[in-house]
Amino acid sequence: MPTTTTVVIGAGHAGLAMSRCLTERSIDHVVLERGEVANTWRAERWDSLRLLTPNWQARLPGYAYAGDDPDGYRSVNEVVDLVDDYARTVAAPVHAHTTVTSVRRDGDGYTVATDQGEWRAATVVLASGACNVPVVPAVAEAVPATVTTLTPAQYRNPGQLEEGGVLVVGAAATGIQLADEIHRSGRPVTLAVGEHVRAPRVYRGMDIQWWMDATGLNDMRYDEVDDIVRARRLPSMQLIGSAERATIDLNALTALGVTLVGRIAGIRDGTAQFAGSLRNVCALADLKLGRLLDTIDEWAGASGLDDEIEPPRRFAPTEVVAAPPLGLDLTSGEIATIVWATGFRPDYSWLDVPVLDRKGMVRHDGGVVDEAPGLYIIGLPFLRRRKSTLIDGAGDDARDLVAHLVAYLDDRSRHRATSPGLS
Amino acid sequence: MLKSINLLGFPIHVHRAVRTTKENHMSVTDTPIDNGVNVDVLLEAREALSNAPEAAQFTWRVTNTWKNGTHSESSLQQFFGLGGEQSHKTTFSYDADHPEIFASEDNGPTPVEFVLVALASCLTAGVATVAQNRGIQLNSVSATIEGDMDLRGILGADSDVRNGYSGIKVSYDIDADASPDDIKALVAQSQKRSAVYDIVTNPTNVTVEVR
Repeated sequence: MPTTTTVVIGAGHAGLAMSRCLTERSIDHVVLERGEVANTWRAERWDSLRLLTPNWQARLPGYAYAGDDPDGYRSVNEVVDLVDDYARTVAAPVHAHTTVTSVRRDGDGYTVATDQGEWRAATVVLASGACNVPVVPAVAEAVPATVTTLTPAQYRNPGQLEEGGVLVVGAAATGIQLADEIHRSGRPVTLAVGEHVRAPRVYRGMDIQWWMDATGLNDMRYDEVDDIVRARRLPSMQLIGSAERATIDLNALTALGVTLVGRIAGIRDGTAQFAGSLRNVCALADLKLGRLLDTIDEWAGASGLDDEIEPPRRFAPTEVVAAPPLGLDLTSGEIATIVWATGFRPDYSWLDVPVLDRKGMVRHDGGVVDEAPGLYIIGLPFLRRRKSTLIDGAGDDARDLVAHLVAYLDDRSRHRATSPGLS
Repeated sequence: MLKSINLLGFPIHVHRAVRTTKENHMSVTDTPIDNGVNVDVLLEAREALSNAPEAAQFTWRVTNTWKNGTHSESSLQQFFGLGGEQSHKTTFSYDADHPEIFASEDNGPTPVEFVLVALASCLTAGVATVAQNRGIQLNSVSATIEGDMDLRGILGADSDVRNGYSGIKVSYDIDADASPDDIKALVAQSQKRSAVYDIVTNPTNVTVEVR
């Protein structure tokens, strides 16, 4: 059985950033990837998708954007190229087409079983991503058979959908993007809206992500936040990456003719039921946006930027009609398709180390799995900082975790030296 | 740090995590905010019960007895929670009836008015709790609640008309030591965490059996 010091599971940007940092510290390792590098981007993303973050913001250890469109947003193919190039640049020891079937503790290390054989390692890094499996609410079981349903993983473009109305469930970034392009294709969209995070693409002339970075909001640490559990579960900001730097918020969708309804609360006798709380979730999002812009304006003023950029402004409150529909008959033929833009979750079915919480998530402290010494996780929302959710966060997270890993290995070898039975 | 707290007489061990304090809106004189809500106990309960979900299972109970016509009396004292039977300090009783314009005797509020009472009470309690948690001193809070209803629903006169409210509107007047946006945020957060708001705006399974 081949032995190495670190097995990294997953050759996305996070796994590759770990690889680069391990190489810098001369830690021998392998990166196991079930497909090709950037597998999920290749296989499971829709045609028009672009990153929500501008090109300049994709910074990784040993890599920075050097193209001529720093304020643009990468397409899926460009993301694949980025990750591919990065793997080559850092000379990551990737074993492609190697699917991990089990990770289990083995003495003071781990055995990683794959469909290409087993590895023994002192340390393991889970970099398999946060978005492996679409989350579809239980109500989906009651959707009539005459309605086509799909998740974003299966969606490619409006042309693949039948003519007719579409119910898009979920109003985070994916939901608003799909609602926009599907409605524009001539298929009337009803959008079910729960709690969401409203954000303008551009504020006072600068990309919202520029503000998140410049103000230090992206660098806020997980142990500085009042409710990290809540922060890690926040839906993605309602952003789109477009050449026009468009803002697609609920008002823009309403202007297009999209019908807003509340969160899908149930399906009874073929009728979808929507919560009567649409007005409040929109109020919550508007208030939260106001607080974000207040923070930005305070920082801009204190930083002496006020004379150089556009003045502060506030955005029109989200319009909600007096009586949004509370139900929609799914048997009438009005709705041909339902798109469940209701999020993703990670898949840990192959993780045979008992470190999962009640909700099936890995218990960790900023990426360090305390209960399983030598086990680490990276590439999760707000893992260590708010920017952990972004490509831009992988570098600092990887550096921090590799530093911890190196210290752990030192401890471990000292312990082994005094307990010869373990070797 | 492990700590044992007594939540309504039910001992629960709490691992107190390190918490950073939210930004406080302290008044100029720096006197402590007091809206009469013990937020510390609620926050400890939240942590304790997330580690002991069985203790979080509550069943509220009301008994109802018909008097005459549309008049009935509901009373309550016991409820189940924190792993055992609990009791209010006294029995509470409520008459419900229909008004005289319905050719009834008006011995009490209509059932649908109790729902408005429930919604208002829940939201107002929430406003006080959120304000306490956010360090905002409330000076006065009042609300008017209106529920619109087309009677042809309950009279069975038109099957396209629902029995219940076609819409409910709640209007709050709040005087507090905070900005208008912060006050709106109190009300928004109260709805987000309100039991009755959830009951009214989302479907709930109701099973009625005859024993």
